[in-house]
Amino acid sequence: MSDTGQDLNKQLADLLGRIPYAVFLGVRADLAGDEMTAVLPYSDRLIGNPVLPALHGGVIGAFLEMTAVAQLSVGQGLVGLPRTIDVTIDYLRSGRPRDTFARANIRKAGRRIANVQVEAWQETRSAPIAVLHGHFLIAPKDDGVA
Amino acid sequence: MTDQISNPPGLLPHMMIMAPHASALGMTVASVETAEVVLHVPFRSDLVGDPERGVIAGGVVTALLDHACGQAVMAALKDYQTIATLDLRIDYMRSAEPGLGVFCHAHCYKVTRSVAFVRGQAYDRDRGDPVATAQAAFMLNTSARRSSKATAI
Repeated sequence: MSDTGQDLNKQLADLLGRIPYAVFLGVRADLAGDEMTAVLPYSDRLIGNPVLPALHGGVIGAFLEMTAVAQLSVGQGLVGLPRTIDVTIDYLRSGRPRDTFARANIRKAGRRIANVQVEAWQETRSAPIAVLHGHFLIAPKDDGVA
Repeated sequence: MTDQISNPPGLLPHMMIMAPHASALGMTVASVETAEVVLHVPFRSDLVGDPERGVIAGGVVTALLDHACGQAVMAALKDYQTIATLDLRIDYMRSAEPGLGVFCHAHCYKVTRSVAFVRGQAYDRDRGDPVATAQAAFMLNTSARRSSKATAI
């Protein structure tokens, strides 16, 4: 990888800034080395059940999916954005009205398909609120330069 | 176990208003029947996922499928219960067409004592040509242990 951390951080901010839906949700991301943490800052409009209250399950799913797309985009040097093929989301705890974090683990990135796991948490990473497992269609750059 | 499948309890518009995120996405109810709903998210430029192609974001489809599946469960229940998504699997067949909104049809085909099972299809023009399909399971009566007023089933 020839990119410096700063370049990657800028790439990531540019990427999220270009996706209107990421802006709508308020998603941002921080890089520490090659490890990315996506952040979904709390906002009232992310609530699905105001009685509990709890974050909307669809928002959590969308956030996990976006984390996978962002991690693939910064880490793999792709042509265009990865396209989601399928995702399976397990909801483990209800999302409280507070900031949510997520990290993606690329288990395999082949020539066409990437297999990714993403975990979202709020207070402690050891108590995830949801996990995603998904497949994404990718087009790696031929020269292999990230 | 069809005894819990009954006429729509009239809770749906209430539920829609109660979900701030559904309103934020501009979600509307296109139709409601027993255990079946059709919801719609009209196209909006701030909901785009791939700016080069101008198509609605996969995440919006995820949120719509999740919400529609939950509403289908509500439409299958006799009495109001709090529900929570247990798992949601989504297969993406294709992108929505640029500039088009997305509909979602969801059917709650089985309700047991504590779990409801739902299938959903998201489409832009024709239900037979889906953008994405979903299979979901929901926990029922999730506030039973928190509320002293909750009735046991």
